[in-house]
Amino acid sequence: MNSETDISKKYWKPKSKWWFAAAVLSIAAAAAVNALVPDVQTVNTSYYRIVLAAFIAALLALWTTPVLARKLRHKLYHYSQFIAAAGLLLAVLDLLTTKSDILKLPFFPGPAQIIEVLFTERNTLFICTVYSLRLFFAGLACGVVLGIATGVMIGWNRQWNYWLFPVLKVVGVIPPVAWIPIALAVFPTSFYAGIFLLVLTSWFSIAFMVATGIESTPKAYFEVSRTLGANDRFLLFHVAIPNAVPSIFTGIATSAGMCFMTLVIIEMIGAKAGLGWYINWAKAWASYDKVYASIVIMGVAFCIILGVINVFRNYFLRWQKGTVR
Amino acid sequence: MIEIRNVSRIYYDTAGLPVEALQAVSLEIREGEFLSLIGPSGCGKTTLLRLIAGLDLPRSGELFIEGRAIEKPSHERGYVFQQAALFPWKTVEENIAIGLKARHIYKEKKGLVPEYIHLVGLDGFSKSYPHELSGGMMQRVAIARALINKPKVLLLDEPLGALDAFTRIELQDTIRRIRRETGTTIVLVTHDVDEAIYLSDRIAIMTARPGKINEIIKVEINSERDRNRDDFIGLRRRALEKLHLAGVVYANVQGGGEAI
Repeated sequence: MNSETDISKKYWKPKSKWWFAAAVLSIAAAAAVNALVPDVQTVNTSYYRIVLAAFIAALLALWTTPVLARKLRHKLYHYSQFIAAAGLLLAVLDLLTTKSDILKLPFFPGPAQIIEVLFTERNTLFICTVYSLRLFFAGLACGVVLGIATGVMIGWNRQWNYWLFPVLKVVGVIPPVAWIPIALAVFPTSFYAGIFLLVLTSWFSIAFMVATGIESTPKAYFEVSRTLGANDRFLLFHVAIPNAVPSIFTGIATSAGMCFMTLVIIEMIGAKAGLGWYINWAKAWASYDKVYASIVIMGVAFCIILGVINVFRNYFLRWQKGTVR
Repeated sequence: MIEIRNVSRIYYDTAGLPVEALQAVSLEIREGEFLSLIGPSGCGKTTLLRLIAGLDLPRSGELFIEGRAIEKPSHERGYVFQQAALFPWKTVEENIAIGLKARHIYKEKKGLVPEYIHLVGLDGFSKSYPHELSGGMMQRVAIARALINKPKVLLLDEPLGALDAFTRIELQDTIRRIRRETGTTIVLVTHDVDEAIYLSDRIAIMTARPGKINEIIKVEINSERDRNRDDFIGLRRRALEKLHLAGVVYANVQGGGEAI
């Protein structure tokens, strides 16, 4: 397969300049709507306009940079249709809210108002994000370590399999959030309670995936290794565990999603910091613009988290390049 | 060098009934020789090879290598499977180095890796991953991986069975060259009569149910072996006759005569 067809398989319309032009124009239209149509609600729209202008500038800068790699330009074109649609959506939302009050406050703030909150509340939001991410990574990391360790034991050793697998099956199906009352009562702070619940969320699904990966090692791999002089230790660390790495990453990616859900629920119920707590607090003040701002941050944060996991995955599974993932 | 004495092995089929995979097989494999085990599927040729490797144990009888009983797999008996069974997460050179790593002599001996890559004709592919290789190249890696341990015997379990005809002929020549260059004792399991004659010093013809060695044919062609010369064709006819007498049907093989 040559690289040309490769690119058009990976990206949607990687060479279409027109869609890129449409994307830029659409964002510009959203900015124009905001600048030209008079406001009905009282909103400081300058942040929104600055963001849109900066976004257009970034698009054009990326496009005109001569050093820009071809691949990156294909990617830019790939996302053009999405950006164009987003621009139109923003313009429509803006017209329905800030510009006309058809969708009422406080439940439906306009895009300009949400952006405004993101700026004016940036210190609180930043701290909340840091708290959430700290809890998330601490919990997930513990879950991954425990999950890999138990998964290896279950997949490799029959005695451990006998004792741990039934426990895994029973405890694994209980929704982790069911433990919230117990966790909050037993642990000294809500941070530790949170870690406990995130560990519960990730441990079992990762352990299960790791065990499956280890058990699925082809018999021939073990046999060939033994005729090459390998002992049991070698079979475990150089054959079975490497064979389980793809499943380990599947386990980490799925449990990251579940952990994020658990995280927000714990924060909304028991914590005194974090994005989940912020949502609850803003709701109490009927500041729905802040709720939306927090939700936007969650979306962006989780995309970045998945991206980071993917970078690791691509590195460890580089031997799979070109084959089915 | 390898002595097989009265070896039997039974397996149980899906209905739970015992099937004699090998019945009282005795065989001696000499130092430096190339011996082929040939026969229909189910005749126990792979079973016998696995017993020599120590991957399975016989129900009765004994196997010895240089006078020592064979009880478990060892790096002195290298094994190549029909499916190369390369580790997909390791590059060509890493796959070939597994034996050195497993035996904790990689640091001293890593200079051997490029040597063996060269021996099997894979120069320039040392950094490739298995999925980037063709079937024939994978088998070359598998052979190099077994040979780097300098085994006393190399056991080949239909290594060319899954390859196309051209690749097979090419690899047969490679195996001949490797044998000439290294002098390794080789035992090959195959169901290809021509392949057996082309490569072997002796051919053990096996029959099924119960699996046993029916006859051993000596291949006494010393010059370059030509598949179309009279001595080759004669041997082929003889081997096929033996297989026919043993109740094996080989249809459409030139010089093979009618199936019984």
